[in-house]
Amino acid sequence: MTEPRPEPQPELAPSPTAARSPARPIALGFTVSMAASIGLGVVYALGGQVQLEGLLLFFALGGIAVGFIVWGGKLLPQGPYVQERHPLSSGEEEQEEATEVFEEGAESLERRRLLIRLLTGAFVALGAALVFPVRSLGERPGGSLFRTAWRRGSRVVDEHDKPVRPDDLAVGSVVTVFPAGNTDAADSQTLLIRLGPGQYRPRRGREGWAVGDVVAFSKVCTHAGCPVGLYEPDTHQLFCPCHQSVFNVVDGCEPRSGPATRPLPQLPLTVDADGYLVARSDYTEPIGPGFWNRDR
Amino acid sequence: MIRRTFAFFDERLGVSRFVRSSLDKVFPDHYAFLLGEVALYCFVVLILTGIFLTFFFSASSTEVVYRGDYHPLVGATVSDAYRSTLDLSFSVRAGLVMRQVHHWAALVFIASIVAHLCRVFFSGAFRKPRELNWIVGVTMLILAIFNGFSGYSLPDDLLSGTGLRIAFSIAQSVPVVGTWMAFLVFGGEFPSHRIIGRLFVTHTLIVPALLVGLISVHLAMVWHQKHTQFPGDGHTEDTVEGPKLWPTYAMKSLGLFFAVAAVLCLLGGLFQINPVWLYGPYHASQVSSPAQPDWYMGWLEGALRLFPPWEVRAFGFELPNPFFPAVLLAGLTFMGLYLWPFLEAWATGDRSEHHLLARPRDHPVRSALGAATLSFYVVLFFAASNDLLAKWLKVRVTIITGIFQVAVFVVPAVVGLVTHRLLRALARSGAPRFSEMPLRALRVRRPA
Ligand code: FES
Repeated sequence: MTEPRPEPQPELAPSPTAARSPARPIALGFTVSMAASIGLGVVYALGGQVQLEGLLLFFALGGIAVGFIVWGGKLLPQGPYVQERHPLSSGEEEQEEATEVFEEGAESLERRRLLIRLLTGAFVALGAALVFPVRSLGERPGGSLFRTAWRRGSRVVDEHDKPVRPDDLAVGSVVTVFPAGNTDAADSQTLLIRLGPGQYRPRRGREGWAVGDVVAFSKVCTHAGCPVGLYEPDTHQLFCPCHQSVFNVVDGCEPRSGPATRPLPQLPLTVDADGYLVARSDYTEPIGPGFWNRDR
Repeated sequence: MIRRTFAFFDERLGVSRFVRSSLDKVFPDHYAFLLGEVALYCFVVLILTGIFLTFFFSASSTEVVYRGDYHPLVGATVSDAYRSTLDLSFSVRAGLVMRQVHHWAALVFIASIVAHLCRVFFSGAFRKPRELNWIVGVTMLILAIFNGFSGYSLPDDLLSGTGLRIAFSIAQSVPVVGTWMAFLVFGGEFPSHRIIGRLFVTHTLIVPALLVGLISVHLAMVWHQKHTQFPGDGHTEDTVEGPKLWPTYAMKSLGLFFAVAAVLCLLGGLFQINPVWLYGPYHASQVSSPAQPDWYMGWLEGALRLFPPWEVRAFGFELPNPFFPAVLLAGLTFMGLYLWPFLEAWATGDRSEHHLLARPRDHPVRSALGAATLSFYVVLFFAASNDLLAKWLKVRVTIITGIFQVAVFVVPAVVGLVTHRLLRALARSGAPRFSEMPLRALRVRRPA
């Protein structure tokens, strides 16, 4: 049932300004739109230009918008029309009946207890079987979060696969290094830092992990895995740009502020016969952010 | 001609009765009701521009040497995904405008969904009988945020690659199954060569299909239950008032579609967005600074930045730090949204049907809780820029973070109390609008 509302609407009464025909802005809108569309064609043919394309699309679409909105708002019947709402519920009786019909059917099924049980079993088994393809989605995590590509004797190379000697680094400088042959191993990225003489305070059990004043720490933030990208030589602090964790290099990269909970793992270093830096071993703890079974 | 068309379909499908009542259907008119429509039309623009983009984008992590039209990067080794995004932006005519309109449309899409959600919340439109549609709406919000994230992760640039790295760490932080989950979703340890392809299928097929389905259900429910209406002006619980669908409402709404599309094109044409060529291609050992995600991820990013350096370790197992601000907070947020209509009905004992909307002042407690919650997320959002704020204000970032850590609790409390007080005063004063409320209405009345 739709009928116009009886009482008159004061705001619909013609006002002197509305007396100007609304057809004019509508016509203008459509004309502008047409012109802009033609312009769009020209711009495209001439090679395209992003700002002009955006602007012309704005007028091409906006002209139609103005036309439609003014047309709909000024020239078409506004009502308001009144429509009844119908009750949404079908009533208790119907609910009762629907329930009954369902239960009747269910009862006739329930009589076959054994079959129902077997059916449940079949579905459960099928569900379990369907998990296998899900398993194919990725490799088994296994130990991969516990290891990196660093091995005992891995040469320390920069991103161009160039081996590094301790003296290649100036005091206060830092380079990102990888194990030789693995410059794309994301979990092996390591910061090689040369501190000032005597600044480094090795933690217990880590004496001899540095070569002179050169130390190496994992570049993967222990908070959420971003590369710890910024080093401030004056304060010996590493900053993670993602959530502002700060690590203090001289005392073993302990977190100083920010959300990181653990120090950046240290890579034990030494030099090989040719004087190049090599790893003494892989990291002795998992690098990067935490996970459920990290301590296992 | 039209008569014959109608006859053709009616003789085959018997649709005339439905068509008639549909054309006559009355839609209440209020500017606040347009927010949902804006979201819908953003979605249409997203689909249209998105289809264009799929014809050029290559969802592959295979490394190639860039030889395109953007000179600073010529000779760089980049992924094919990144290469094709640059080609879209520099070599495909009208490609850049399409890309930028698509990105802007996504930003406005989620913004209008959130605004629509606020309208529905503060006007009580979620109450019985519309709880189901509220649930559908919240689900669409989650999907929209997810698809925004998966979309801007596709170009494989330095900024979004860092976002994916954080996403991997967050997945990995889930108790018990986290490690497996991260490896299954990403197809191996980060960075896996499979993730771009998977995100692409999810972004362009799975989520859009789900959204189309949910939008249909959402609209069908609005259609069936009829739209709510603000009280006053003689409106009652048993009627709807407004223009009819045909032709007035249809024409206005179509006009709105063109208006939304026009504004999105203007934004996409004039305002650069996501210039991936400036960020550079993703390399796992590089990072851009400052690194801010798209706005709708800001609350999560802010929470990650504010959460103190806590983690739980017991019995050889670990709940890593990101679990709390990312997994737990997001879980509680959406759980809270899903359950709200039922929680409120339970708390107030109000189980009756509502077709007339409430004004915020009619339910000061709900409105105050809503405003407080909203302000909580706004504080988190700004906290995601703590590094930028520190730079501009020339103070240490730890100080800014400390202020936010306090503000995230204080601001919602203050906002909630002030809102409650103001709305109570407004209701008492009987003023039609907030701006017309006399100041003395704010004075506290002491119980006699
Ligand atoms: S990833 Fe480094 S602070 Fe979050």
